[in-house]
Amino acid sequence: MALLMIDTETCIGCGACVAACPFGALRMENDKAAVDDKCTACGACLEVCPVEALSLPERGKGEEDIRAYQGVWVWVEQFRGEACSISWEMMGQGRRIADSLGTTLTACVLGHNVEGIAQQAIYYGADRVFLVDDPSLGVYRTAPYAKQLTHLVRQYKPEIFLLGASARGRDLAGAVATEVHTGLTADCTGLDIDPETKLLRQTRPAFGGNIMATIICPNYRPQMATVRHRVFEMPEPDSSRQGQIVKVPPVMTEDQIAAKVVDFIVEEGEVNLADAKIIVSGGRGVRGPEGFKPLRELAEVLGGAVGSSRAAVDAGWIPYAHQVGQTGRTVRPDLYIACGISGAIQHLAGMGTSKIIVAINKDPEAPIFKVANYGIVGDLFQVVPALTEELRKRLRK
Amino acid sequence: MHAIVCIKQVPDTTDVKVNPETGTLIREGVPSIVNPFDTYAIEEALRLREKFGGKVTVISMGPPQAKEALKEAIAMGADEAILLSDRAFAGSDTWATAYTLANAIRKIGDFDVILCGKQAIDGDTGQVGPGIARQLDIEQLTYVFKIQEIDFQARRVKVERLLEEGREVVETRLPALLTVVKDINQPRYPTIMGIRRATRAEIPVWTAADLPDAKPELLGLKGSPTQVVRVFNPPPRSGQIVMIEGETPQEQAAKLADLLLKEKVI
Repeated sequence: MALLMIDTETCIGCGACVAACPFGALRMENDKAAVDDKCTACGACLEVCPVEALSLPERGKGEEDIRAYQGVWVWVEQFRGEACSISWEMMGQGRRIADSLGTTLTACVLGHNVEGIAQQAIYYGADRVFLVDDPSLGVYRTAPYAKQLTHLVRQYKPEIFLLGASARGRDLAGAVATEVHTGLTADCTGLDIDPETKLLRQTRPAFGGNIMATIICPNYRPQMATVRHRVFEMPEPDSSRQGQIVKVPPVMTEDQIAAKVVDFIVEEGEVNLADAKIIVSGGRGVRGPEGFKPLRELAEVLGGAVGSSRAAVDAGWIPYAHQVGQTGRTVRPDLYIACGISGAIQHLAGMGTSKIIVAINKDPEAPIFKVANYGIVGDLFQVVPALTEELRKRLRK
Repeated sequence: MHAIVCIKQVPDTTDVKVNPETGTLIREGVPSIVNPFDTYAIEEALRLREKFGGKVTVISMGPPQAKEALKEAIAMGADEAILLSDRAFAGSDTWATAYTLANAIRKIGDFDVILCGKQAIDGDTGQVGPGIARQLDIEQLTYVFKIQEIDFQARRVKVERLLEEGREVVETRLPALLTVVKDINQPRYPTIMGIRRATRAEIPVWTAADLPDAKPELLGLKGSPTQVVRVFNPPPRSGQIVMIEGETPQEQAAKLADLLLKEKVI
């Protein structure tokens, strides 16, 4: 029995819901909508019904008075005392959302000796910064960060809280949303305010990028979302901006924190794929670990990072940290150069939203050519070095 | 040693196609599989048992057919499996899913470590693992790439976590919840003996009535803060591909360099 209720008196049999259902759970029966047990109660049909004949009466109502929640917050992630660029991308978006709601933007800066980041947050658009500066917060750890943010949310009640969809951001957001019992939408690629309801509409890919879903959190606060790298433009900092820095004491002491970060291993030549503007990626066509050498040289000339398909990782030619795709990382560079990558759907799920895709492949039928902007059919071992040489000349490197 | 592994049955999203006429997902004929990341979690639990002895319990929340996923875990070598299935759980978002699984884990009782995949390939949220850890108020270690050391007597665990900038080595106390990434191991195939065991295995099904401490208003759709309001096809990539021809690779490279400079991406 499905949770979806259909008022057959009201239903006009237009069939809009049947087309909207992502799960094929709705059909027309005697000119009225009918539902079967494939229904997951996702609610995608509710909005398309022109006569409001569909309802999910068991949908959560929430308990608290949500009107007490005001303002937009952004968590500013830092690594080794430097703010992560994804946080500034979100400050830009947070500023737009705050302006369209006519409210304020608050940045949460946690770390040690990070007063400079708090000041930068104001330049990037914050009206107010909560600064929690303590040695116990120098390196990210789930417990002290989650407890601190939970504490701030309970005390100051923001309406919207945005975090970067980085490994730390997803770790933290999941913990905070659970503690405060509110909705969290992961990995958003679109955020906007519904002009009528003033709710945050959070759009994200699902099913390996095969569909997009827009999600709301109408009855719980704050409305929380993590946002993917490089989806929103980096705003220009404005050093004439004024804002308030509120210093907040830490809520946990070092002896209460079980986790200790004892080391950080960075492989030589490792570049952060999520932040990379340019990625040169190799697949089965590179034929072995040495085959990545020309790709590395091209990446070096371009100041980019080296990625790979699953095939190359599974063959042991390059570490997993480089894998782009559904079971690896999702990337969104300005330029993605796919060398010897056939373009399986799992790979496309991880890089299909790159701004410009270049495909270099021997096989003119390779599916990668279906998503690429520019294609070269040829031997990557000839084309890639030629391109490196050409670009070295042009870029004078 | 008692390891609990949380798994999800998912449609093989690589086989999910969109009907171009209606714009809806075609799920008919799409096989259901164990979420690939969860198979790494099962494998890691089995390796812990091989090293330290003890027991591996696998749990899943889902429709009755999710039993098949649990049977696959038994075929791989898991000792016990429990399915959480009830109309009251239907429509759960990540908050309600974590709440329900955490209540089931409390009922199972003593455990040393909980293992989950880093995320499921249908929802891709990665939120249920941290959700369970917070509900149970235990340590959480996400994106684990390697268990460096684990000591069930001293109640300590030391892992490498895969972050954007590199691998973080972090040590904490047990019990802890670990979500694992793909590279942590190579999952084994079920053995003939395992498949036989799985075929015979009776998988207990727990309903809401079996979780008396779970508040009914926090289960399923009622306990889910998020609502889906619209589902649509991703916008197609705009424009046609430009194939770059040339007599030599050098000529092709020069043409491509021109185009990339014009696009202002380099």
